[in-house]
Amino acid sequence: MRRVYFDHSATTPIDTAVVDAMTPYLTEYFGNPSSFHSYGREVRKAVEAAREKVALAIGADPKEITFTSGGTESDNMAIHGVAYMNKNKGNHIITSAVEHHAVLNTVKALGKEGFDITILPVDKYGMVNPDDVAAAITDKTILITIMHANNEIGTIQPVKEIAAIAKARGVYVHTDAVQSFGKIPLNVDDLGVNLLTLSAHKFYGPKGVGVLYIRKGTRWKQTLMHGGSQERLRRTGTENVPGIIGLAKAAEIVSANLQKEQDYLTKLRDKLIKGVMDNIDKVILTGHPTQRLCNLASFCFEYIEGESQLLSLDMKGIAASSGSACTSGSLEPSHVLMALGLTHEIAHGSLRLSLGKDNTEEDVDYFLEVLPAVVQRLRMMSPLAEDVPEMEEFMEGVRCGV
Amino acid sequence: MYSEKVMDHFENPRNVGEIENANGIGQVGNPSCGDIMKIYLVVEDNIIKDIKFKTFGCGAAVATSSMVTELAKGKTLEEALELSNAAVAQALDGLPPKKMHCSNLAADALHAAIKDYQEKHKSA
Repeated sequence: MRRVYFDHSATTPIDTAVVDAMTPYLTEYFGNPSSFHSYGREVRKAVEAAREKVALAIGADPKEITFTSGGTESDNMAIHGVAYMNKNKGNHIITSAVEHHAVLNTVKALGKEGFDITILPVDKYGMVNPDDVAAAITDKTILITIMHANNEIGTIQPVKEIAAIAKARGVYVHTDAVQSFGKIPLNVDDLGVNLLTLSAHKFYGPKGVGVLYIRKGTRWKQTLMHGGSQERLRRTGTENVPGIIGLAKAAEIVSANLQKEQDYLTKLRDKLIKGVMDNIDKVILTGHPTQRLCNLASFCFEYIEGESQLLSLDMKGIAASSGSACTSGSLEPSHVLMALGLTHEIAHGSLRLSLGKDNTEEDVDYFLEVLPAVVQRLRMMSPLAEDVPEMEEFMEGVRCGV
Repeated sequence: MYSEKVMDHFENPRNVGEIENANGIGQVGNPSCGDIMKIYLVVEDNIIKDIKFKTFGCGAAVATSSMVTELAKGKTLEEALELSNAAVAQALDGLPPKKMHCSNLAADALHAAIKDYQEKHKSA
């Protein structure tokens, strides 16, 4: 059976060149980068070279790069660090209703600690309106944290406009760029953000390593962990050296291939969207029609439920997602889809297809061949569906799939 | 995550569909929690002669619906009323804990259909 991986927003396969770059740091160069002897020094040198590569990839200074364990830690560090360092200035934090839980739950946790929280709504495409951001800012606002691109529906937020508004009002901006890096051009100066989050395994790097960019001059302090003085006192604990080397290599590769990959994935994505919309009735394309990630297509199929779709597709060798991987085990509909104004039953029918560089047109063709029967089968089982063919007639010789 | 039995019933659900001349129909669940189960019964001489289901829900919801129809078919109403959600889950070799809450409504749907039959029978 053909196997198709359409879940790159959850994680990407690690690039073989990344593995090759990492391997010596798992074997030959094992020193602790904090050690003064030669074993440590040679590893320290590699870590700093990696920092330079990452900085170059996002237009930052190497001193503004802090390596972390991944997106969740970076988001937590960014938000906590600004909140506590700027308490004397104010206690108001603005975010959006469609953030990743690593941001949303961190902001909500601060709300329980006495910070004032504004969670901005989004439009039906999942887009934050910069005017809403401007209207929400008060003289107590210290931080705005709005993601660069959404992990469930792919909508790209107007972060540059938001950052310009924030800068004029003296407010810091953090953006979670976990899904956007490697898919769209990303430059911290162009965006105008103060803090930015990356995660290696979303761009063909290893799991368990990420980046927090902190613009020089930003009033921020590490508040989450106590320990040694690694990462210029910003992130304690021995560095994940192989991970850092891999992250930097992955960043270098995706940056070099950005335009080519963007063009390729856009073509595949558009074929996928057209194929679904042309061949399935009662389906909603979620996310922005144009301001969306090149690799992400997300839908809601009326009358059927997301997990049943995933299981049915999986039985045909296709890996996809319903909402984010983090919420797929939840019984609640996705907070992102609900924020778009969808009803519960429609939000339950979500399917996210996230493409990657190794996907082919044949993968898309196969998916489009399999999908109609999967949807029809589930609809015939659904008490919500109307006007579908008789179950027995359809199930004859078909069972699950095509 | 799911047992082989759950996957078998999801892939090849038994007794899917509607019964036009059903004399008992029960529906439980709501779209906000993600599951709706509808059971159709044909009861003759106090025995469930035919049973079908329609379900909007996850893999566990489909599998429990399918299993409850298998367990109930041929049983007297009293025997069918003794079928519990736990018994349905057990017959499927268990369900993941997080699926017990929302998905295991199948016996409730069956009981609702039996109740519907009994109400109609009373008034007839």
